[in-house]
Amino acid sequence: MDDASTPLLRGKASAGRSGVGAAIKAKFFAPATRQKLLAFGSLLALLVFFSVASPNFMQTDNLVSILQATAVNGVLAIACTFVIITAGIDLSVGTLMTFCAVMAGVFLTFWGLPIYAGVLAAIFFGMLCGFTSGVLIAKLKIPPFIATLGMMMLLKGLSLVISGTKPIYFNDTPEFSMISQDSLIGYIFPSLPIPNAVLILFLVAILAAIVLNKTIIGRYTFALGSNEEAVRLSGVNADFWKIVVYSVSGGICGIAGLLIASRLNSAQPALGQGYELDAIAAVVIGGTSLSGGTGTILGTIIGAFIMSVLTNGLRILSVAQEWQTVVTGVIIILAVYTDILRRRKR
Amino acid sequence: MTEPAATPIVVIRNLCKSFSGVPALDNCQFELFAGEVHALMGENGAGKSTLMKVLSGVYAKDSGEILFDGRPVTIASPRAAQDLGIHIVHQELNLMNHLSAAQNIFIGREPRQAFGLFLDEETLNQNARRIFERMHLHLDPRTIVGELTVARQQMVEIAKALSFDSRVLIMDEPTAALNSTETAELFRIIRQLKVQGVGIVYISHKMDELKQISDRVTVMRDGQYIATVPTATTPVDTIIGMMVGRQLANTEHEIPDTSHNDIVLEVKGLQRGSAIRDVNFHVRRGEILGLAGLMGAGRTEVARAVFGADPIDAGEIRVRGVRVSIRSPADAVANGIGYLSEDRKQFGLATGLSVESNIVLPSVRSFLSLGILVNEPAIHATADRYVRQLNIKTPSVLQLVRLLSGGNQQKIVIAKWLLRDCDILFFDEPTRGIDVGAKSEIYKLLNSLADQGKAIVMISSELPEILRMSHRILVMCEGRITGEVAAREASQEKIMQLATQRESLLEA
Repeated sequence: MDDASTPLLRGKASAGRSGVGAAIKAKFFAPATRQKLLAFGSLLALLVFFSVASPNFMQTDNLVSILQATAVNGVLAIACTFVIITAGIDLSVGTLMTFCAVMAGVFLTFWGLPIYAGVLAAIFFGMLCGFTSGVLIAKLKIPPFIATLGMMMLLKGLSLVISGTKPIYFNDTPEFSMISQDSLIGYIFPSLPIPNAVLILFLVAILAAIVLNKTIIGRYTFALGSNEEAVRLSGVNADFWKIVVYSVSGGICGIAGLLIASRLNSAQPALGQGYELDAIAAVVIGGTSLSGGTGTILGTIIGAFIMSVLTNGLRILSVAQEWQTVVTGVIIILAVYTDILRRRKR
Repeated sequence: MTEPAATPIVVIRNLCKSFSGVPALDNCQFELFAGEVHALMGENGAGKSTLMKVLSGVYAKDSGEILFDGRPVTIASPRAAQDLGIHIVHQELNLMNHLSAAQNIFIGREPRQAFGLFLDEETLNQNARRIFERMHLHLDPRTIVGELTVARQQMVEIAKALSFDSRVLIMDEPTAALNSTETAELFRIIRQLKVQGVGIVYISHKMDELKQISDRVTVMRDGQYIATVPTATTPVDTIIGMMVGRQLANTEHEIPDTSHNDIVLEVKGLQRGSAIRDVNFHVRRGEILGLAGLMGAGRTEVARAVFGADPIDAGEIRVRGVRVSIRSPADAVANGIGYLSEDRKQFGLATGLSVESNIVLPSVRSFLSLGILVNEPAIHATADRYVRQLNIKTPSVLQLVRLLSGGNQQKIVIAKWLLRDCDILFFDEPTRGIDVGAKSEIYKLLNSLADQGKAIVMISSELPEILRMSHRILVMCEGRITGEVAAREASQEKIMQLATQRESLLEA
């Protein structure tokens, strides 16, 4: 996901010994890397702590359920990562996810179209809504917080209106639930019944990392977050690329919508609000700065896992639900505070 | 000039530009040949940067003509300027700190592979490396720009300009943040570009630099073209003379003798990074001390440091002879020091609140009854008193501050500090953005404050203002105090010489 090795090799070929040393040093002690290491270390520490604290934690079933629980939040967090790297914010990812699930329901259950049409519809409407947010922000200059707050409520309302405030079940298309719940890996390795949702999470993560690090979209995502005015003065159509970023993010929310609808075998129109905060928390814990310009998909995935391991582990230790929430809150504040400390030192 | 081409690359004729009715450029002329370094000089606000921003497509011109290679052109956007081969290195660097040097240079023109979607980092870095080689610059194109020194960042900006095969390179005060070694490296690169036929516009205040690097100098003043002269044969004081204009400030104001009053504020050995270097000064009761210098000379930094708004590395501050420790603006205010920011809207006023709220903001604690209830009638009466005393033109003390004019807003800031019993007042560009009528009222107010025994430090970039108001003038340049001038011996030339560190000129 992170191309740590390639430039180093290239450096060896061209820059000679000392250059390599410096390059390794720069790469290894770069603040982003350190934050990622910190997040990864915290995740490992949590895993060790919970396995020691409870024999039930390190069971295959439990680990699979942690993976399963991370899928939706993880995909949403990936969507948020793009936007947050541009120094924006997207509060609408949760209700957008629901809206996309409802649209899949409309295509499949209401109109009786084939599965692929429902899948495409969810992703298409996700991109369309992301595009709309992008236009509001880039062209109408509405601050991202407000624009996406508006979109959040608008989409929540639309989901309820379109569905008639009732869940849309996918009973006519039983294959739909297989998208999330079936296990391809389980067919190959029967002892590892990892649901497809997790597979999809990792696929999305890999694709997102490639887009972010290897393509023109990724380059402008970072550039916009680093110095939007400089991008503009360089003759780049900054508004266009910002809209692209929000559209990509919206499309990823569409995938999250498919995952949750398939998992619940229904589109639940009242669901969704609150998911955006979990997603943003995962991004922040993963070391992506809210002030833009830095961030990684790997960090976000680690952040999402930290959150679900925490929830799962505390539940296994029979910690009350309300205290789990308190702990999550503390973790978020700690994560951001370490980020601030790190930056102050520079 | 090395072999001037037959036609200049750029000719600007009769260019005018105004911002919301206020003319910034009035009938400007300029021309630039290939292989020429053409310096553009003038005081702050003379219009140099505006003129170059028009040429580089940042601003649109109102009227006038720009010829490129002899053909009239319209430069509607930075992109259009780039397409012509005009590139500007802005004073405030425009880089993306989180991206690498190579990524910055080729932003918007990334080499791609595989259906134009994927980036080709290898080619990108190679292309950047080639440009660095052309500049004889040793820099790894993969270095993250935020980790480079300012000088190196400047080099990246120049490399970016060169990557466009620029024919015209505009540099806006490129050495403002460079030390002498770095400046030497920059000059080496400029000379190289010159040989390669690039036309360079060089905006700077530093006279010795111009003598070193430029072929011709064009002087601007108050948005107008004054003259273009060859650098080599023109004495520096002639150029300074053209910059400041020979008309003397009308000194109708009588300067009181305050040289024997008590010293109320004394600053010794003030140090803060490279912004403030060993600054020493004192202010007396009833004195107006002018702090002159060019933009970025460190005047605001000194005021902010004394006010406790920025941390200092070293230095001693004495108020009425007693050494005090000022770690925050609250400490400063407790010692009777007030600071009126050059940017009223950002730092000085809550423009969405009423006149009275703003006036009592720092002193609201003295308007509490029972320690918690706000005594509205008392606030009202006090605000009213200051409105009348300072002649603030507002329909009522409940008027929102943002609906008032700049001059009246400034008076509200003054009222605020007076109410807080501040008797050492730092005024940072007190008349910026204020119309002429309101200016003279602010001057009157400053004089009467001084008569009442307040000690005033006035920072101003407008020389006539400094000359008219100050009892004593300190001049700063690059973080240091480069000289002190008594009011009756001061002249614009003398101040400019100190501000540009041309002390040898005093004899010339």
